[in-house]
Amino acid sequence: MDFLRPASWEEALAAKAEHPTAVPIAGGTDVMVEINFDHRRPEYLMDLNRIGDLSEWEVGEESVRLGASVPYTAIMENLRAELPGLALASHTVASPQIRNRGGVGGNLGTASPAGDAHPALLAAGAEVEVESVRGARRIPIDEFYKGVKRNALAPDELIRAVHVKKADGPQQFSKVGTRNAMVIAVCAFGLALHPATRTVRTGIGSAAPTPVRAKAAEEFLNAALEEGGFWENGKIITPSVAKQFADLCSASCNPIDDVRGTASYRRHAVGVMARRTLTWTWESYRGTRRTTEGAA
Amino acid sequence: MRVNFTVNGRPQEADDVWEGESLLYVLRERLGLPGSKNACEQGECGSCTVRLDGVPVCSCLVAAGQVEGREVVTVEGLADYAKQRACASDACGTSLQNAQQWQAKGDSHTGEGTELSPVQQAFIDAGAVQCGFCTPGLLVAADEMLERNPTPTDADIREALSGNLCRCTGYEKIMDAVRLAAARQGEAV
Amino acid sequence: MSSPNGTPTKITQGSQTKGGIGESTLRPDGTLKVTGEFAYSSDMWHEDMLWGQILRSTVAHAEIVSIDTGEALATPGVYAVLTYDDLPTDVKNYGLEIQDTPVLAHGKVRHHGEPVAIVAADHPETARRAAAKIRVDYRELPVITDEASATAPDAILVHENRDDHHAGHVPHPNIVHRQPIVRGDVAQARERADVIVEGEYTFGMQDQAFLGPESGLAVPEEDGGVHLYIATQWLHSDLRQIAPVLGLPEDKVRMTLSGVGGAFGGREDLSMQIHACLLALRTGKPVKIVYNRFESFFGHVHRHPAKLYYEHGATKDGKLTHMKCRIVLDGGAYASASPAVVGNASSLSVGPYVIDDVDIEAIALYTNNPPCGAMRGFGAVQACFAYEAQMDKLAKRLGMDPVEFRQLNAMEQGTLMPTGQPVDSPAPVAELLRRVKAMPMPPERQWESSEGADLRELPGGLSNTTHGEGVVRGVGYAVGIKNVGFSEGFDDYSTARVRMEVVGGEPVATVHTAMAEVGQGGVTVHAQIARTELGVTQVTIHPANTRVGSAGSTSASRQTYVTGGAVKNACELVREKVLETGRRKFGSYHPAWATAELLLEGGKVVTDGGEVLAGLVDVLGEDAVEVEEEWRHRPTEPFDLRTGQGNGHVQYSFAAHRAVVEVDTELGLVKVIELACAQDVGKALNPLSVLGQIQGGTVQGLGVAVMEEIIVDPKTAKVKNPSFTDYLIPTILDTPTIPVDVLELADAHAPYGLRGMGEAPTLSSTPAVLAAIRNATGLELNRTPVRPEHLTGTSLSDA
Repeated sequence: MDFLRPASWEEALAAKAEHPTAVPIAGGTDVMVEINFDHRRPEYLMDLNRIGDLSEWEVGEESVRLGASVPYTAIMENLRAELPGLALASHTVASPQIRNRGGVGGNLGTASPAGDAHPALLAAGAEVEVESVRGARRIPIDEFYKGVKRNALAPDELIRAVHVKKADGPQQFSKVGTRNAMVIAVCAFGLALHPATRTVRTGIGSAAPTPVRAKAAEEFLNAALEEGGFWENGKIITPSVAKQFADLCSASCNPIDDVRGTASYRRHAVGVMARRTLTWTWESYRGTRRTTEGAA
Repeated sequence: MRVNFTVNGRPQEADDVWEGESLLYVLRERLGLPGSKNACEQGECGSCTVRLDGVPVCSCLVAAGQVEGREVVTVEGLADYAKQRACASDACGTSLQNAQQWQAKGDSHTGEGTELSPVQQAFIDAGAVQCGFCTPGLLVAADEMLERNPTPTDADIREALSGNLCRCTGYEKIMDAVRLAAARQGEAV
Repeated sequence: MSSPNGTPTKITQGSQTKGGIGESTLRPDGTLKVTGEFAYSSDMWHEDMLWGQILRSTVAHAEIVSIDTGEALATPGVYAVLTYDDLPTDVKNYGLEIQDTPVLAHGKVRHHGEPVAIVAADHPETARRAAAKIRVDYRELPVITDEASATAPDAILVHENRDDHHAGHVPHPNIVHRQPIVRGDVAQARERADVIVEGEYTFGMQDQAFLGPESGLAVPEEDGGVHLYIATQWLHSDLRQIAPVLGLPEDKVRMTLSGVGGAFGGREDLSMQIHACLLALRTGKPVKIVYNRFESFFGHVHRHPAKLYYEHGATKDGKLTHMKCRIVLDGGAYASASPAVVGNASSLSVGPYVIDDVDIEAIALYTNNPPCGAMRGFGAVQACFAYEAQMDKLAKRLGMDPVEFRQLNAMEQGTLMPTGQPVDSPAPVAELLRRVKAMPMPPERQWESSEGADLRELPGGLSNTTHGEGVVRGVGYAVGIKNVGFSEGFDDYSTARVRMEVVGGEPVATVHTAMAEVGQGGVTVHAQIARTELGVTQVTIHPANTRVGSAGSTSASRQTYVTGGAVKNACELVREKVLETGRRKFGSYHPAWATAELLLEGGKVVTDGGEVLAGLVDVLGEDAVEVEEEWRHRPTEPFDLRTGQGNGHVQYSFAAHRAVVEVDTELGLVKVIELACAQDVGKALNPLSVLGQIQGGTVQGLGVAVMEEIIVDPKTAKVKNPSFTDYLIPTILDTPTIPVDVLELADAHAPYGLRGMGEAPTLSSTPAVLAAIRNATGLELNRTPVRPEHLTGTSLSDA
């Protein structure tokens, strides 16, 4: 095994081009477990900790450019207003020690369906900025996940940042685990209201081979909200609409039975989380509307 | 490979390090600092918690090569670290005095003259130590929490220590210890 | 060879330490443990040491066709690769009671993760890589995984040609041991029953999950022997099993207890002890072996999973009429402690209740599942889960309060056990229930705050699954009975060596035992006993090793009773000798030397009236007084193999719990809000440590109620979750407040009246939590742990 220590992003890209099998390590919270337990013996380990830029974020007009290595702790402490869904998801990641090291780049690189960041990124809308010596590109989050622990990266590419749309409405994230802390998701659900475009987006974790959106549920809800004039009138979403949304979210799962839970439970739990997160975000949306109207 | 870094304020050099070694292994097997513990080596127990450039992390998940040039504090250096922090916060005299007082109050001293940080002394006094294997990690995590949040609620303590498993105590005495350390810290200021 | 780094040294508690028995004296090893200086077995280090690695079977049941170690041996840095063929003597098996466990697999593997070969190399990674190069060719066999497959007419025998002492009386060779207990006339008593309640219960496989993984360092010695620094629960039991395999006399296998990172039964069997010694003797170099967590799940036995079938009857006024039960424990591939677990499960299957007519059967199976053996609560835990569920069912059927129903049937001093043995010390079962019920209830809806819901107080916690929706509170009660010490006629003794001498002008007592301090605080209590009995303040605790007689196991809630008893006894003998010396030296100066009752107090010889006769420093002078003596509790008898009758137990321990839970009924997530406990400890020698034991045991019970289970694939008998990622134990956020009410009703037969107390809280915690969840959800819940799918009707695969 060789240990590569690129001092800059350019050096990292060059090293990755030269050694496409090199495994990038930042927080180490996935890679080191595999090494400690003898599940993986990469030829090259490439430390990204020296590249300071990867741990920085910028809040822009439309979106936040989040460096791949920005630790979850920093996200939950500093980006709650801009990225509320991701901040909530970050708070559910493992333990404080892990949140101090791990970042979204690792979640994306590993592309495990159980990664906590994915549902929030899918719901918020995001693009993954990847680069190789051949050039940079942005991969829409919907096209990023390709299979169980497979993503859209080419062998010579590295994840530099993720561009997440700034929240234009309430967002929520829920995760079921069989413990109250330090737990891998049995399944997870992210939901974002986008009042600007009058759309709702979702993200489901650990209930299909890849993180997925519940597109049929989104379409149904978008139509129902539009039809009932809910975005304008801010009425309470009728229980039958919420229920159908939840059922459609369940239906968009394609889960398996494993030691963490049954497929049947996952489908059920995603439905419950969908209904609850919709209620919470919609209540919050109505609250903001009332406040705004009251002030006007 | 060779790795140079600072541990508990002292420069250290480790030679012939295998690239897959963790910081935990280097501390325990190469630098003679086995205080950080090897309970799970997968980031699920917190017993290997150290501070890396001030931040609590699981040393089992830090590759040895990643600590090049960085600063690590382990349980072995916790008492000194706490003392220096007290000095830096301009309360040096009082805190030292208090530290000694805490020692005098305790009636269990094997390492006579060992100076302990408030949180270490509180763990002994409150009965938070049984087998002790989780203790070093808990101490590093608890000390860091009290540094950030000197007056934690019970829920704050539980959240901050949720990455540290203990199998002996049922956590009640650990809660007592952290409350005690916070109270004593409060008195000292 | 020289001593390794991390060799245990004597621990002396300073002269300002006062605590005698009954005081919350602080641990003598506390400072070492908080500074990171306390050396655990995995911290040992020796110049030039090698690292050992075990190659384990990847399948559960198979014939070994061939093993090729050539490539592994040729790896640079590798010093030895050993298989069965390299074992030096005819003794190739070990075991606690039945020597059925191969040191290295021979011809066959019987469970997933069985050791097949061992490697020593200069770096752990070299050893791992070499182990991976060993080629083992397996021919797989069908797996035996449950009672049906074990006792089927054509079942493969897990062990052929059994000749152990249980082989003759078991109905099938795949049954390790069977213990029936029959008392009274169940058929007749059944006639009196107005209600009859049946239940079938399942208890999942729990892991001890001690935090310090199995580890040790074996150092070869110049005389051809070996010195093993090891974390174990019983040095002498290890020694008895290790020495014959090595072909060494016991005095050439020196054993020193290293720091032990928890045990809970999981270190009662050998793990890497023999492997490390074999490699050290073969290479002539010190060999260290440290399991990682993955390996630890294969490296020790677990708690027996069980199926329990119960029938109880009661009259309409709430009196139990009879009980029938059948308890099937899965012992896995090797016997370990299975026979004794069967004895406990059967003899304690009635619980702390009066039932005169019982028909009981308990068996342990041989299967290809992971071997199971000792874990805190040992057979009594599984039974308590089932009989307490039955009590709730009965109370419900009768329309009675579950606590009152239990109190109405509670045993007391004088009650006969189903084995016919009278309970001859206090049995405050009804009182413990009364106390735990009387504790104030935790406030409702604690999650509500001015800033909205505090997620940390809700089921699901920070995972943000509910803000109060679907959350229902439930309350449940349970009580249990556990035997203390080794039962069924076992010669359960301990040895203590106590020395008194003057050091630096002060009298100092040194206590040397082979007791394994695994965290329980035995070392604290030994020093307290010495202070109380010898009137000194300075006490030195000598490291535990095999240079003193056996202290028995740190298990069965027995150490404070038995080794504590041995220390007390040795102190008394030392005191007599000191007084003899005093009489000889000073007897002529004061008549009280001959006439009065004399005590040692505050470093002096005093009369019972308080008059000082001499200082210990003067009495002892240059001389040291030393006594080493074995001490035994009252003898017990085996249970009759047909009727189960016999005075099999020496003492019982009782605890009761009240659990308050909040359940998110839609998602099936549980938050335990409070687990209150009342326990009788006879006499709390160290109240702070007693609380620590009760709270720790309570949380282990909570774990197996809602999350802890080793999951074994029924098709392959392979373990599916050998890691802390998927075998979950409670975090501090899963743990409630645990108020404790300690009762001290002395047992006249025990030292200081104490009652062994480490296990009882693990019994009643689990059924109390289950009862509370049933109360919240209205579901029957006949298995533990309860998983979210069981609470939401989604446990069956829909695939």
